[in-house]
Amino acid sequence: MNPLLSVENLRIAFPSRQGPVEVVRGVSFSLGRERLGIVGESGSGKSQTGRAILGLTPVTGTATADRLEFDGIDLRNASPRQWRKLRGARMSMVMQDPKFSLNPVMTIGKQLMEAVKLHGGKSEARDKSLAMLEAVQIRDPERVMAAFPHELSGGMGQRAMIAMMLVTEPDLLIADEPTSALDVTVQIEVLRILDRLVTERGMGLIFISHDLRLVSTFCDRVLVMYAGRVVEELDARRMDEASHPYTRGLLNCLPTITGDTRPLPVLARDDAWLE
Amino acid sequence: MSTPVPRQSLGEWLISEQPASRNQARLGQIWRTWVLFSGNRLGMIGLGIVVLLVLVAIFANVIAPYDPLLGGDLRTERLLPPSWDHLMGTDDLARDIFSRVVHGARLTLLVVALVAIIATPIGLLVGTVSGYFGGWVDTLLMRITDIFLAFPRLILALAFVAALGPGIENAIIAIAITSWPPYARLARAETLTIRNAEHIDAIRLQGASAPRIIWGHVVPLCLSSVIIRVTLDMAGIILTAAGLGFLGLGAQPPQPEWGAMIAGGRRFIIDYWWVATMPGIAIFAVSLGFNLLGDGLRDVLDPKAEK
Amino acid sequence: MALIEIENLEVTFDGGDRQVRALKGVSLSVEEEDSFGIVGESGSGKSTVLRALCGLAPVTAGRISIDGKPVPSPRDQAFYRRVQMVFQDPYASLHPRHTIDRVLSEPLAIHGFDHAEKRVEQALEDVGLGSGFRFRYPHQLSGGQRQRVAIARALILEPKIILLDEPTSALDASIQAEVLNLLDRLRADRGLTYVLVSHDLAVVSHMCDRLVVMQSGEVVEELTREELQAHDTTRTYTRNLLTASAGFTRSPARPR
Repeated sequence: MNPLLSVENLRIAFPSRQGPVEVVRGVSFSLGRERLGIVGESGSGKSQTGRAILGLTPVTGTATADRLEFDGIDLRNASPRQWRKLRGARMSMVMQDPKFSLNPVMTIGKQLMEAVKLHGGKSEARDKSLAMLEAVQIRDPERVMAAFPHELSGGMGQRAMIAMMLVTEPDLLIADEPTSALDVTVQIEVLRILDRLVTERGMGLIFISHDLRLVSTFCDRVLVMYAGRVVEELDARRMDEASHPYTRGLLNCLPTITGDTRPLPVLARDDAWLE
Repeated sequence: MSTPVPRQSLGEWLISEQPASRNQARLGQIWRTWVLFSGNRLGMIGLGIVVLLVLVAIFANVIAPYDPLLGGDLRTERLLPPSWDHLMGTDDLARDIFSRVVHGARLTLLVVALVAIIATPIGLLVGTVSGYFGGWVDTLLMRITDIFLAFPRLILALAFVAALGPGIENAIIAIAITSWPPYARLARAETLTIRNAEHIDAIRLQGASAPRIIWGHVVPLCLSSVIIRVTLDMAGIILTAAGLGFLGLGAQPPQPEWGAMIAGGRRFIIDYWWVATMPGIAIFAVSLGFNLLGDGLRDVLDPKAEK
Repeated sequence: MALIEIENLEVTFDGGDRQVRALKGVSLSVEEEDSFGIVGESGSGKSTVLRALCGLAPVTAGRISIDGKPVPSPRDQAFYRRVQMVFQDPYASLHPRHTIDRVLSEPLAIHGFDHAEKRVEQALEDVGLGSGFRFRYPHQLSGGQRQRVAIARALILEPKIILLDEPTSALDASIQAEVLNLLDRLRADRGLTYVLVSHDLAVVSHMCDRLVVMQSGEVVEELTREELQAHDTTRTYTRNLLTASAGFTRSPARPR
């Protein structure tokens, strides 16, 4: 079976005073209808990888790849028209902070219905929007439909945002730190919604996060990125079999509730990992 | 084989990631700003014009070929067109216009410098104090600011001149008094966003007094936007000074003030165009220079303007 | 007697037309050389306790005393020499136009300490930054290095009590471990008392001997580290927090 998304040798470079700097250096992976986690620390290139798949690399940067294919469509040379048809309808992205991604002067309902209408289905837009809000566990969808983004709490806003990204029933969702700004209890609820969408609708999910422990409990597969490269690819259930010293270091340096190692093991970076 | 060029090693010293002294750190910071600014071509043109203005003002006696106040022979040297003897021609009193324009740079620079020196600190102080303390201090200071904002510049200058007699000094005072309120408002707006920053809380927790916080921590952060604003306002200030001169309320004859010179040339503008045009070009060039410089500074100093 | 005693502390923020009661009668006491944790989710008022303690939040009712003496309001210079704070965001808590040298020298100048040069060098040394960092600007440092500078700044007045407001939540995991180790070592070396606020149960459990769980402006429960590790809690809220902190579980019925 063909994978939903395949990426081969993705490279993203930004210009600087000293010439171009590559922030992503040859990332390859393929994604089926599963939960793929991309884990890394700040500056590892994980977010840029996610953005490049949607063609959202900032204008100053250049993204190149030997292969960037979504469901048989070559994304490298996609025209703006093709992008419009893909983005939102078939592939979506959830960002870290809902405040920056929702239009502040439009009600949630209007934004949701607009998304539905843009991708066909004018007549049932309202019903569909309401159903989607219910699906993301918003208890009072009518009220949220009429609310402006600033009237919602962080967790609510994030759920509304996810509803917006999912109302068009995309085949691929890229979630960039979707829960980092949320409290732990809300975080788990949001993950549960994403989980259901993958298992019930057969959506492909790329979950980008700095939190190795969270990703390992949520995803099927995990890519560990360091300085623009994938240093290790792991089955999430076999995290303890990680062989790369960076992955091991990341796992060990986290304090745990029950553990009592003191001092905490510190990650010693090795220049050899850059190669 | 070649020894390292001293300039290059100086550059390395300046951008060192590990400065060894306070001065090296400060110079390095200035150097970085300069490198950024020097990449801005229009900003550099503006800086060039302003530097030229300063140089011309300093060396006016050397540059000007004739005396700016004493004319030549009134029978033969009145209203001569531009020529190699008189680069910008002569006026109705047989004075060399080029020399007058050169000396006029001094007056213009005097106006610009004095207004900047008087208005900027007042605006900064009122704005930061008002923004930092808030409450009734804010209300009081801002209403005073509003009162000053309500004065039209030229009318206030007129009142001043009526009270104190015409002259460039009174014109400068009038301009300075009416130009600080916008800086105060700007500084207040900046202060309102700065005063709740964690680094201000941190210094407060170290027991710093309010004057120390305002002067050492708030003012440096407001300074760049106020400097940008002042630079951009300079064009307007030069025009106002020229306008006052033109109305006969600023610099008085025979002082070579550009606005007054245009007023003097107005009578012959049809037949002897150069008398009014030459100082006009000077006003235009200097105003443009300050505007370009201000825009360039904004690109470098104001993080919000970054692309 | 406890070093810090807080009784029925109430804080109300005046937000124009509506008032927000951030703390609704919080009481807690911290022993000397103890490391005390405050855990809660956003809006629980956990940071407000710290801010009220050092005079950055308006106290509307209740008592705060240190060493048995009520703290003066506004706080005096002696208070700032005893109590210092490390803030959450190392990118916001250092003045962008001041060198590290100035950041560290200024408190010394305010309080008239002698041997300022030596103290600055020593403070940098103590937090694991060499003197090579002394004349840098914050933008030349990484997040972890900035947080070390913030810790050095808090320590330079030789206080006894350090308030830590989410000191590692803005840092990467590997850097977090380094900063937590540093804080641990400094406390052992100097006999410091910590009050640590965090949303992360694991961090609090690692750092603190005792902790309180807060929810919407009130203390829900007080626990020792051992009780927390044994999940020995009587409150549902604490239990929910513990479960959520363990990570994602597919469904309750799923066999392991």
